[in-house]
Amino acid sequence: MGIWLTMQMALRALLAYKVRTLLTMLGIIIGIGSVIVMISIGRGANASIQEQIHSLGSNMLMIFSGTSKSGGVRSGYGTKPTLYVSDVAAIARDCPAALNVAHATIQNEQIVAGKRNWGARVYGTTESYVVVWDWPLQEGEFLSESQVRAAANVVILGAAVYENLFEPGAEVIGQRLRIKNVPFRIIGILSPKGRTPSGQDQDDTVFIPYTTMERKLAGQRLPGLVNFILVSAQSGELVEEAKREVEELLRQRHRLQPGVDDDFTVRTLDEFAAMAGKTTNTMTWLLAAVAAISLLVGGIGIMNIMLVSVTERTREIGIRMAVGARKSDVLFQFLVEAMVISLAGGIMGTILGVSSAQLIARLAGWMTIISLDSILLATIFSAVVGIFFGFYPARKASNLDPIEALRHN
Amino acid sequence: MQPPIIQFRDLWKGYPMAGGRVDALKGVSVRIEAGEFVAIMGPSGSGKSTMMHIAGLLDSPSQGVYELGGENVSALSRDQRADIRNRKIGFVFQSFNLLSRCTALENVELPMLYHRPAFPDRRQRALAALRLVGMEARAAHLPTKLSGGQQQRAAIARALVNQPALILADEPTGNLDTRTGQEIMELLAGLNAQGITIIIVTHDPEVGQAVRRRIKLRDGLIEVDEVA
Ligand SMILES: Nc1ncnc2c1ncn2[C@@H]1O[C@H](COP(=O)(O)OP(=O)(O)OP(=O)(O)O)[C@@H](O)[C@H]1O
Ligand SMILES: [Mg+2]
Repeated sequence: MGIWLTMQMALRALLAYKVRTLLTMLGIIIGIGSVIVMISIGRGANASIQEQIHSLGSNMLMIFSGTSKSGGVRSGYGTKPTLYVSDVAAIARDCPAALNVAHATIQNEQIVAGKRNWGARVYGTTESYVVVWDWPLQEGEFLSESQVRAAANVVILGAAVYENLFEPGAEVIGQRLRIKNVPFRIIGILSPKGRTPSGQDQDDTVFIPYTTMERKLAGQRLPGLVNFILVSAQSGELVEEAKREVEELLRQRHRLQPGVDDDFTVRTLDEFAAMAGKTTNTMTWLLAAVAAISLLVGGIGIMNIMLVSVTERTREIGIRMAVGARKSDVLFQFLVEAMVISLAGGIMGTILGVSSAQLIARLAGWMTIISLDSILLATIFSAVVGIFFGFYPARKASNLDPIEALRHN
Repeated sequence: MQPPIIQFRDLWKGYPMAGGRVDALKGVSVRIEAGEFVAIMGPSGSGKSTMMHIAGLLDSPSQGVYELGGENVSALSRDQRADIRNRKIGFVFQSFNLLSRCTALENVELPMLYHRPAFPDRRQRALAALRLVGMEARAAHLPTKLSGGQQQRAAIARALVNQPALILADEPTGNLDTRTGQEIMELLAGLNAQGITIIIVTHDPEVGQAVRRRIKLRDGLIEVDEVA
């Protein structure tokens, strides 16, 4: 029997029990719908992270202490402090591909302004920090070279800190606040920046000269140590060149013998983007896998209903066999029914998934990305589910003995 | 000379049972020529339906040879038997066995769906078959909207539609009143007059009398084989 006739027959059989068919489809609809939504959320998350990373400027290098190259257990960035202010100066001096160099040391402190207080990360840094980041101020100015040299008690607020310590629109330039009981004068407010590649809110920070931090806030920490160094390359093409220069210089300065691992890590933003991409990719597939489980449940629902249907229609099967249906005709008939359920469910699920993804984008403000391949994947998957879960009932039907089947109730 | 349409040579059919096996046929040999009208009779459990199932290739014998139109069909595969049923054999059942969700016309079309090669004019052929049994006017009716006699007519049209050489009817009048039963017998006799071989199983002596040849089974064996 032709495929077209078989399809027609399947449609008729399914339309004869509309509610049952629809309920069976529901499992597939929800399964496919959630796979599509999950993939679109995952992809959207990845895209927005990539966008953020690249908005940081593609010329950037970050240098952390600690290695990531040693085999076996990888130590996290900054575990063994190995970077010094002198390294920073050397990079600025001896790396021709480097345009600007900045560094920072980070400390968590409680900040008190009047009656309010707020916990934030305090960055001890230099005047070039905002230059490297290309980070504009919304008011006032950033550190000056002389303030850094003089270890002045001046502070620049990140946008979030400003919001949390002061009334909206309050005039704060020139006002005072206290960090660890040391008084500071506010000289600037940064414009909002968002999150770093590692997910920290960059606006929940304040900036002071690193010299001030060393002398007045640091306690017993070794002087001259920095948490990380930022380098901006002369141009996008020179990023790799700058990375090589920095690595060479630091190995030399840290007196690392050939064969010894670096005691620092240089990362370009592209590398960050790739790493973040890997993470979100894993997350996407994890989400999709969870959603696929509901598809599995939907498939089992199809199998269940098809088994019921085969039992109910045993006599019909017997009649068809008596008038000349081959085993394969019966197998095909039930397989096509299962596939029609799952494919129709897949199509409706796709519609549901696409519209939910758009709804989520609108309501939650998340970026969601619907791509053709996820729709294609969902469609193929639903057909496969139909074949897989339809096969057992269909085979059961085709293996019925015609005489037994005709005798059935 | 034309080969007989059915030739059973020492056919046995046994069913495995809890304590050994039950033999429903114990060495049946019979020869039925093309164009005959035969009634198979006998007490309940004597093996009539078993014989019809084997003759109709719904089942295979445990032992012995079955030749259909001169061709040995005792050991064909399932699909080969399905194809022969489709082309050469029409079934009529006691309980009509129409598909309840399909109209009379669609029921009659059913055997054509499994015919290779496909018929291009299924509808016309089905209508012609319905006309032959006087059911053309009811073509669009569902079985539930038809009387028993009408359902059996539709079933006969279905049995006819692929122009089989042989029609097998297991108690075709068993679910019908006497008068309707007679009408169905007349219809079958008319088809037989057109050359189709017809074998019916019946309990009804009157139905048996309407037929030229009677084969009486008892306990899996032919007891009487008489031609009126
Ligand atoms: N599938 C089966 N399994 C076991 N025994 C069976 C099976 N089919 C038939 N039999 C046995 O074979 C014998 C013949 O059965 P069959 O159905 O051919 O009788 P019948 O002459 O058609 O009877 P009735 O007039 O009641 O229809 C019976 O004893 C029956 O119990
Ligand atoms: Mg019987």
